[in-house]
Amino acid sequence: MFEIFGIPSQALFGQLLLGLINGSFYALLSLGLAVIFGMLNIINFTHGAQYMMGAFVAWFLLQHFGLGYWWSLVIVPIVVGFTGVVVERLFLQRLYKLDHLYGLLLTFGLALIIQGVFRNYFGSSGLPYQMPQSLTGGQNLGFMFLPNYRVWVIVFSLTICLTTWFVIERTRLGANLRAATENPTLVRAFGINVPRMITLTYGFGVGLAALAGVMAAPIYNVNPLMGADLIIVVFAVVVIGGMGSIMGAIVTGFTLGIVEGLTKVFFPEASNTVIFVIMAIVLLIRPAGLFGRTA
Amino acid sequence: MLDTRMPLLSVNDLQAWYGESHILHGVNFDIFPGEVVTLLGRNGAGKTTTLKSIMGIVGQRTGSVRFDNQELIGKTSDKIARAGIAFCPEERGIFASLNVEENLLLPPQIRSGGLSLEQIFTLFPNLKERLGSSQGTKLSGGEQQMLAIGRILRTGARLLLLDEPTEGLAPVIIQQIGKTIKTLKAQGFTILLVEQNFRFASTVADRYYIMEHGKVVERFENSELDAKTETLHEYLGV
Ligand SMILES: Nc1ncnc2c1ncn2[C@@H]1O[C@H](COP(=O)(O)OP(=O)(O)OP(=O)(O)O)[C@@H](O)[C@H]1O
Ligand SMILES: [Mg+2]
Repeated sequence: MFEIFGIPSQALFGQLLLGLINGSFYALLSLGLAVIFGMLNIINFTHGAQYMMGAFVAWFLLQHFGLGYWWSLVIVPIVVGFTGVVVERLFLQRLYKLDHLYGLLLTFGLALIIQGVFRNYFGSSGLPYQMPQSLTGGQNLGFMFLPNYRVWVIVFSLTICLTTWFVIERTRLGANLRAATENPTLVRAFGINVPRMITLTYGFGVGLAALAGVMAAPIYNVNPLMGADLIIVVFAVVVIGGMGSIMGAIVTGFTLGIVEGLTKVFFPEASNTVIFVIMAIVLLIRPAGLFGRTA
Repeated sequence: MLDTRMPLLSVNDLQAWYGESHILHGVNFDIFPGEVVTLLGRNGAGKTTTLKSIMGIVGQRTGSVRFDNQELIGKTSDKIARAGIAFCPEERGIFASLNVEENLLLPPQIRSGGLSLEQIFTLFPNLKERLGSSQGTKLSGGEQQMLAIGRILRTGARLLLLDEPTEGLAPVIIQQIGKTIKTLKAQGFTILLVEQNFRFASTVADRYYIMEHGKVVERFENSELDAKTETLHEYLGV
């Protein structure tokens, strides 16, 4: 046991780890929002509800089909992503020609409905979800205890984030996406089915949210409002990073998680507000966000 | 002169609107396989709108656009592209978020018979040198135009719609584009060219249509050029 700036190492590294965990969720969720915003020009307020749905579907698969965590990591994003595809086909595609505000209102209303329905059936006390057997326990590093599951969350989330970045920035498919973001009319006139690409992009972004939900299930309670609380912070993260920047969303997500963790150590009173304070400052100095391109 | 061949593209009573404004008021013309046909006309005559209407990217259009025995009116632009038409827009449409190579490879191959990358680089050697360039829009105007033409040659489209490819370019580059159009014609491409630069057009075109106020008002063959000089001056004010 040693001290850094008068803080016991145990506390400091503990909070750093917690910060990284939160950062993993911020990054995954703001990445999904950025991908969706880039392509659909819609701020997806349903994102938090879709994250919650991910956790619930994982719980449901375990409860009723005996399908555990590892199955859920694969099945849940597909199932919830598919509900996203349906939402896009039924509602969102009618809004693209209108102001941003309509997409925001629709997705916000949808979030309230989804959360209401889940609360009606499951109450709001929360359901427990078992950690996978293989990831229980942890490492004692001497200066701190490192739970295996948390390490897994950080590594897996980082892998998903960087893979997504790679696909969008470095592959042919990603080039199509970037081009369609810039000039959908021309891309379509080259023979590319842009509407289908938009639908699948929304499904993918929703799938990312659901994946985060599965990863959250063993740590936090599975609870109809779990997304509503988190998503407010994630929107602040997105504002700070800049809408539509993929790498910006990832870096900002992890960084702000860490900043929040450190604030808990050094100035606990501000830990709940620090992200919003940063958001206000960034909005004043760089309204497009740290990584955002001014339109 | 009566033509017994089947036109590759046949535009009949084409009308188009941007929102409330009625822009095309019944455009009629034909293009036969292997031809280079030029649409001439003053600013705002409706040349670009005609190309966009063929391509299916204006708000509303009526009439008939027959291509290769298919009716294209009512089809979405991706289907029209897949029928075998490729479009090079007036503003060139190079993507800032794509590097040069990605810009070049963006339009998908819709059928066989397109040019290989090697053939495209033979036409536009500059493009090969700039392939590693980070951002498509960092190229010079001339290079961007070559990229905009080059990328649609890979697709296997048989009809190319080129909207003012020489606009704002230096004479040497205009020459290079002229040479390219002749090469493409020799390889069997059919080309619909929109031009303000009549002198350039006269070096490549088989036939001309003059547009005014959203209609085709005059048609003549390259052989009638001398006889039509007066008329041309009247319509184009050159
Ligand atoms: N997006 C638009 N919305 C409304 N009106 C438009 C739009 N684009 C063009 N117009 C109008 O349609 C008419 C025809 O325009 P078009 O671009 O087809 O002309 P053009 O013959 O290509 O001219 P130029 O030689 O200047 O390119 C013009 O009066 C123009 O102002
Ligand atoms: Mg024009």
